[in-house]
Amino acid sequence: MTTDTQLELWEVFMQSKPGANYIHAGSVHASDKSMALQNARDTYSRRGEGTSIWVVPANAIVASNPDDNDLFFDPANDKVYRHPTFYVMPKDAKAI
Amino acid sequence: MENKEQTVEEEILINFEKKIENGDSIEPKDKMPDGYRRHLIRQISQHAHSEVIGMQPESNWITRAPTLRAKQILLAKIQDEGGHGLYLYGAAETLGISRSELIEQLHTGKAKYSNIFNYPVLTWADIGAIGWLVDGAAIVNQVSLQRTSYGPYSRAMVRICKEESFHQRQGYEIMAKMMAGTKEQQEMAQDAMNRWWWPSLMMFGPHDSSSPHSGNAFKWKIKRHSNDELRHKFIDKTVQQAQVIGLKIPDKDLKWNEKNGHYEHGAINWYEFHKVIAGNGPCNKQRMEHHIKVHNEGKWVREAAEAHRLKKERQN
Amino acid sequence: MTEQSLYNYCLRMGDNALILSYRLSEWCSNGPMLEEDLALTNFALDMIGRAQAILKYASELQGGVKTEDDLAYRRSEREYYNNLITELPNGDFAQTIVRQLFISAFEFYFFTELQKSNNATLLAIAVKTLKEVKYHLMHATDWVIRLGDGTTESHKRMQDAINYLWMFTGELFEMDLIDTTLIEKGIGVDLMLLQPKWHRHIQQVMYDATLQLPEEGFMQTGSRKGIHTEYLGHILSEMQYLQRTYPDAIW
Ligand SMILES: [Fe+2]
Ligand SMILES: [Fe+2]
Ligand SMILES: [Fe+2]
Repeated sequence: MTTDTQLELWEVFMQSKPGANYIHAGSVHASDKSMALQNARDTYSRRGEGTSIWVVPANAIVASNPDDNDLFFDPANDKVYRHPTFYVMPKDAKAI
Repeated sequence: MENKEQTVEEEILINFEKKIENGDSIEPKDKMPDGYRRHLIRQISQHAHSEVIGMQPESNWITRAPTLRAKQILLAKIQDEGGHGLYLYGAAETLGISRSELIEQLHTGKAKYSNIFNYPVLTWADIGAIGWLVDGAAIVNQVSLQRTSYGPYSRAMVRICKEESFHQRQGYEIMAKMMAGTKEQQEMAQDAMNRWWWPSLMMFGPHDSSSPHSGNAFKWKIKRHSNDELRHKFIDKTVQQAQVIGLKIPDKDLKWNEKNGHYEHGAINWYEFHKVIAGNGPCNKQRMEHHIKVHNEGKWVREAAEAHRLKKERQN
Repeated sequence: MTEQSLYNYCLRMGDNALILSYRLSEWCSNGPMLEEDLALTNFALDMIGRAQAILKYASELQGGVKTEDDLAYRRSEREYYNNLITELPNGDFAQTIVRQLFISAFEFYFFTELQKSNNATLLAIAVKTLKEVKYHLMHATDWVIRLGDGTTESHKRMQDAINYLWMFTGELFEMDLIDTTLIEKGIGVDLMLLQPKWHRHIQQVMYDATLQLPEEGFMQTGSRKGIHTEYLGHILSEMQYLQRTYPDAIW
């Protein structure tokens, strides 16, 4: 016998049009994959908001820890050579 | 030992308040003071429960909606409210509390929902009045909450505000149609106006001078505008809309204040407000009993869904 | 003859959508989960939209004197042609979901066939409806399997629902002069051809759900002649309340 729950928590990602990034829309509860997908459709796509949906069990998502932000993200801030504006181009060169 | 813990707590608070001051939004994994978490859980869950309990008074009229169009609109509207409840439960869950716990708090009376839904929906005009006045008042509040400091709450509010935009209009359309209709319809509309006006003003909560929870809520940018500010915003735009369709505001003391550019309203009956909050509104008991009954009736379905999943997992 | 048959045919389809949407809309704020509440409301909305389109066409066939709302709200008990199964009370979630399976599967085959109609309006309605119905069928099928193969209690509730609803399924496939007239003209659907497909489909879902169909037995009938269960009258008195009380009002 199982006990009463509100089923599992799933996170929902929607693509608004073909080619667009999948963006987090919110969450739903469901006991299995197909229910999660259908619940996501009925909850987050009532106004034609999407062309594609991903659902992911919330407990399968690994999130970075805000305490690690300085070691995770700061080191990338001084790598200016990764940006095209770093480079000096000959004045007359076109389409580069 | 105790001293050291205190400093950790203090450090969290200092960093947190620095972020708030910068206008950064707070995300689920960020360290936050306990008071902030507790305030948010209380506020978001109350908000979620309001959306869900708010489905009841309106769904009372679904089967009696007078046209196919009216029925579609009403159903879609109530469905949205269910969706809003769902988004908000989701936002509350990011704070470490489950939907089951939230529902349990509602059933035990620990969590509250908006007082407005303890009033009965007597005629079809009430459906108009609810959309126009109740959703209208809610929107004023919700627009302000789009900039609330907690990220998941703020994002839920943005989505909700987008969807709310038709709710007030559909209600106002019903009222406008009835005011352009037969004498009976006009009387029905004015009667609904008379009953829903004051409870709608009460939705913004006590006057600023006597509001118990607002101290930290402002400092931590959970709340961005005061109760009275929001109430005035609502009155200012609603009075004009009422005039356009010929409805009278049931407040003999209502008058325009040249100096500050706002309407001044008459005295709100706070005795009634507290009476309803204390559980003695016309429908408090009915709303809670319904919610509990539905929850209990759904138990076997949820259990079966879980049981089926477990069976399938064992098979694989 | 064809005009009148077509009109009646539209009332049948329109009334099925109208009355089932009424029942489904009763689930609003009563669902076993908030998510399922939204889903059932979506089905109700799909069906009101369908009723609107079909009844509008029916009213046009009669010269447009009456609107689709007149047809929905101003007929009396004996003038409705929805199948009895649509007007039965919702019962528990099991009963609602079994009905959804029976009807969605029927509608899946029906509207698939109606896509071949040489009547352009019906064809367009069929194309649009089929998309909705495919989703309804998927949703219902998943739930029937979950609940049939869930707990002892859910299994029993599902089996009870099937046993109760079964005698109302025969009516879905009944044909009369209206059908034969429209089949001849290439407008209507031959329901006799649908029945075995439908039966096979349901049988497969029952197997997956560890449920059983009852032995073939007595089937209820009546709606083709406008003879209903007692439940319809109550639906109408509620649904038509405002239109009847304020006949001059515009809503
Ligand atoms: Fe609301
Ligand atoms: Fe809402
Ligand atoms: Fe709303």
